[in-house]
Amino acid sequence: MRLAKRLHSAALRNRAFLGALLLFAVFYLVYHMLHPRGFSSAVLIQNTNESVAIVFVAMAQTLPVLTGGLDLSVGAVMTLTNCIASELLTGTPAEMLFGALLTLACGAAFGCVNGLIVVYGRIQPIITTLATGAVAIGLALLIRPRPGGEVDDDLSWAMTNTVFDFAETYGLAEGGEAAWLQPFAAIPVPLLIVLAVVLFIWLPFRNTQMGRTVYAVGSAEGAAYMSGLPVERAKIAAFTLAGLFAACAGLYLAIQTSSGNADVTQAGAYTLNSIAAVVLGGTSLYGGVGGAIGSLVGALILRVISFYFRILAIDPLLQPLIEGVVLLGAVSLGALRTLRVKNRLELFR
Amino acid sequence: MPSDQPFIQLAGVTKSFQGIRALENVAFACRKGSIHAILGENGAGKSTLIKIMSGVLAADSGEMRVEGRPVRFSTPAEAAKTGIVCIFQELSLVPDLSVADNIMLADPPKRFGMIDRRRQRRRAEELLARIRCEDIDPDALVRQLSLSRRQMVEIAKALGQEPRLLILDEATSALTSRDVQTVYDLLAELKEQDVACLFISHRMHEVEALCDTLSVFRNGRHIETFAKGEKSDREIVHLMIGRDVETQFPPRPEPRRREPLLEVKNLRWENRLKGIDLSVGRGEIVGLGGLDGQGQKELLLALFGVLRQVEGTVKVGGMEGVPASPAAARSARTRIALVPEDRKTEGLMLQLPIADNLLASAFARVSSGPFIDRAKAETAISAAIEKLRIRLGSPRDIVATLSGGNQQKVVIAKWLMVEPDLILLNDPTRGIDVGTKQEIYRLMRDLAEEGKAVLFYSSDYAELIGCCDRVSVMYDGRIVAELEGEGITEEAIVAASLNIAPEAAA
Amino acid sequence: MTASAITRAIARIREEERPVLIAAGFVLVILIIGTAYTMLTQGTAPLLSPNYLLQQLQTGAFLGICAAGMMVVILLGHIDLSIPWTLTTAAMMATAVGGEMAIPTGIAVGLAVGLFNGFGAAVLRIPSMIFTLGVDSVLRGLMVFHTGGFAPQTDATPLMRFLASGRVLGIPSAVFVWALVSVVIAVMLSRTAFGRAIYATGSREAAAYLSGIRTRLVIIGAFVCSGVCAAIAGILLAGYATQAYQGMGNIFLLPSIAAVVLGGTHILGGRGRYIGTLVGVILIVLLNSVLSMMQMPEAVRQIIYGAVIIAMLLVYGRNSKVTF
Repeated sequence: MRLAKRLHSAALRNRAFLGALLLFAVFYLVYHMLHPRGFSSAVLIQNTNESVAIVFVAMAQTLPVLTGGLDLSVGAVMTLTNCIASELLTGTPAEMLFGALLTLACGAAFGCVNGLIVVYGRIQPIITTLATGAVAIGLALLIRPRPGGEVDDDLSWAMTNTVFDFAETYGLAEGGEAAWLQPFAAIPVPLLIVLAVVLFIWLPFRNTQMGRTVYAVGSAEGAAYMSGLPVERAKIAAFTLAGLFAACAGLYLAIQTSSGNADVTQAGAYTLNSIAAVVLGGTSLYGGVGGAIGSLVGALILRVISFYFRILAIDPLLQPLIEGVVLLGAVSLGALRTLRVKNRLELFR
Repeated sequence: MPSDQPFIQLAGVTKSFQGIRALENVAFACRKGSIHAILGENGAGKSTLIKIMSGVLAADSGEMRVEGRPVRFSTPAEAAKTGIVCIFQELSLVPDLSVADNIMLADPPKRFGMIDRRRQRRRAEELLARIRCEDIDPDALVRQLSLSRRQMVEIAKALGQEPRLLILDEATSALTSRDVQTVYDLLAELKEQDVACLFISHRMHEVEALCDTLSVFRNGRHIETFAKGEKSDREIVHLMIGRDVETQFPPRPEPRRREPLLEVKNLRWENRLKGIDLSVGRGEIVGLGGLDGQGQKELLLALFGVLRQVEGTVKVGGMEGVPASPAAARSARTRIALVPEDRKTEGLMLQLPIADNLLASAFARVSSGPFIDRAKAETAISAAIEKLRIRLGSPRDIVATLSGGNQQKVVIAKWLMVEPDLILLNDPTRGIDVGTKQEIYRLMRDLAEEGKAVLFYSSDYAELIGCCDRVSVMYDGRIVAELEGEGITEEAIVAASLNIAPEAAA
Repeated sequence: MTASAITRAIARIREEERPVLIAAGFVLVILIIGTAYTMLTQGTAPLLSPNYLLQQLQTGAFLGICAAGMMVVILLGHIDLSIPWTLTTAAMMATAVGGEMAIPTGIAVGLAVGLFNGFGAAVLRIPSMIFTLGVDSVLRGLMVFHTGGFAPQTDATPLMRFLASGRVLGIPSAVFVWALVSVVIAVMLSRTAFGRAIYATGSREAAAYLSGIRTRLVIIGAFVCSGVCAAIAGILLAGYATQAYQGMGNIFLLPSIAAVVLGGTHILGGRGRYIGTLVGVILIVLLNSVLSMMQMPEAVRQIIYGAVIIAMLLVYGRNSKVTF
């Protein structure tokens, strides 16, 4: 009885997230039913590969949004780290590992600078990141004036296919034939990467004092300060983690495409899509409510929509239109409750 | 006796805001195991004092010692570490986190660096049980709780920090009577445990019941500290005001029947207004009384067109229906004005110049076509400043630079520019110095003499008694008593506020 | 003068005007550095020639008109991210209709988009950040579909071309259009009830509403201003390039926000003067042209661009309690 009540209130609280999850489930199921070849491992691999970057960027955007800010540099940081990774992911496995870690560290450092400017320079996040985004693009262009790169082919193959392929490439678990590996053999590696980041970075962070402070700052900054929470450090942490997640996206993009590309348009598109994904996933742009898992689902919704165009022979020219209509529709549904507000003063909070 | 040693001691503490002294050379001490009341008018420096003690503000000069050691706090967290915990008037809860999260916000139980939710929940339940609030679900969001429940969560949160000095700033004002009793018991218990308590309240009977020591502040100075019972109420009030009591109210005219301008019949809205009947005539000041939160604010908002789906009949100047919006209220044939509850967020655009704030309701009156006529605007502004005697440097200064009293005058002046027929006032004298209060009383009477109708909510009974021709007392969304003329007495208002009828019992 | 003397001088200036003066000072610094560079490398000072400056103003007109509209929305604490495709849609529709109705059609597009944006922000109360983003995407979808993804084959009308690249009395006519838009917006903001209501609503919407200001209409009106300004910029740009093309508005979005903020308008609304936006636009245009004159690679230009925004806002923030 008590559990049921608790579940009920939890469901009410996460209404937006559950709605997004349902929408994604329906979209994805219908997609597979309509797919000419039906559900297959190959399709799953392709889908996950195409989703990883936007998922990470959406997760990156979530943290600044939770504090009540916004990060217009996530796409640019992704691009920057993409170019860095395209230079570093070569050589021996140890060198590549070091390169990957260095890439992630660069992203986190860039995010940290964003946070420092916001907190100590007292410049609004949206403007700060608008400017640092330009800097990130500039740096990316310096590193890689032309698209290209020397990403290790084996790495690229291993990371973008199934667990079996991964094991086979590196001769692990008897070249992928070990019996214990078989239940997992068909799982795409990119799926595991996203899962690992969620399980080992996001969820632990969320449950630390710092993570809770991020939520508290977005919900009521004054109350958080009065309660003795480390408000300033939490903001810096949020931007740092945003940089780290954006670097995950950049790193994966480098592995997936075997190259780096300082594409300004792509950076802008990723930033804007990340905001859309965050909102679709149920995170409030006013801060304090939501989470990175919701944004992950939001990003997947955006991606599934684009999958439809491939299989349904819809004119691909319609894609931006339909994406826009879905976004407007979803946020307008959420806004219907404002029409029911009985005290108009409540609209202004 | 060990409890004679002061827990906290201040010497020579001074604090100014933009050149205005809020505290001047204050020496103050609070003993362990004492419940110590701080009394003073608004602006006496009470809240500045507790903000300095709890680390929200830093003093400009002076010294603070905790148990004899000098301390200096730059954040509330540092103060909490030495055991100084404050329950603030404006709540320090995070609405989107759960009750348990909030109670343990500053220092949650951790395991492997992560918050241990199960232990946190258990601890929160214990604390809530200690203040007899088992009905509050630790997993509920604070956003979902009523104001009185939130206040109790706030108290549980303070308890969880194991305070050695607990500061309560009007912490009982939003509570139900049962919760108030719980808090009393809790304070007695803490006293036994040698915890020091500082208690700020405007309710004299609370102070009488609870405290053992009283300190009076006035104009940023510590006037006197004495044990309970040493001075009479009259002497205490005298210390607080610095002169003999008796606020000056303008004389009340002879009561007579007046043609009603506002007639309200069976007004209902949500579960906050449950059938209000009311009328206000031209030339009349009608008071709204009762405890805070009995629907007075909603009634004023409903009449001003802010609330949706208001039921019942309302006639304003013979026309049926409430205005559709504040804009309609402003420009209808019978114009309505509202001086809202919260001056800083609802009354003023704080970052805009005084001139813009004054004109905000009356742009149409100083424009020719779409353009603002500068000459007309200047004339209107200087007329308003003169009429209300607003003390300012230049009308182009930001309104936030004015004192509270002058800010409130700007709000009132803004509305007088549209020459309203019905003026709704929501506690207009709160947080305002005595001088300005008297000017506002005078102004209200003048407006009534000019034939305007005034509906006036106040949380200060003395104002209702001194200013109003009639007083309607609200309780739980209804008007439970209408008092008139000599019948407007403190006893009658208090009794009606608690929904008990002394004359019926007699 | 020592640095501290400058700081003290800055502190004496009214808070509202300080960013404008600093930005204007920075414009001078850019001119001086640019001229010093050309004097050293070529021995000439083309930056200071009236012709060169007029040409800069002509190319600055597109950004300037976008920024004027953006400012009105930012004063409310909102933002209009649909400017790029409002601009493009207006340009494409104007060239598609052609003839005398070209310009009215373009402006009607801006008006319609503005009304729709305003509806979302004011009535549905969806954060404008996300609503205008969706509208931008929808407009892009409509235009891509309409054109098949190619540059439209229709040409700008002669009037459009004249407004964009013609000259009157030796001054580019685009500069006149920009000046006209500027005067209209500046007068609107400072001298009309609507303009003052924008400041009031942006400063504290609840207080404005309770003062009897029709805040919903104010918000819708501001978005209409922004939409129409973007449309005008689109019509001009199509005239300048002789036709409309895909993504022609993309390069104006972020610079127009930057220009508004560099001009001292608070991103959360309520404060800012139009003259500041004007200076902000000139600053960005000059910065760009000096950097390209120095043949800086795109990469370095982006970095300098970002660094200048941060550095200037850090300077504005000193001695003041407000955040930018």
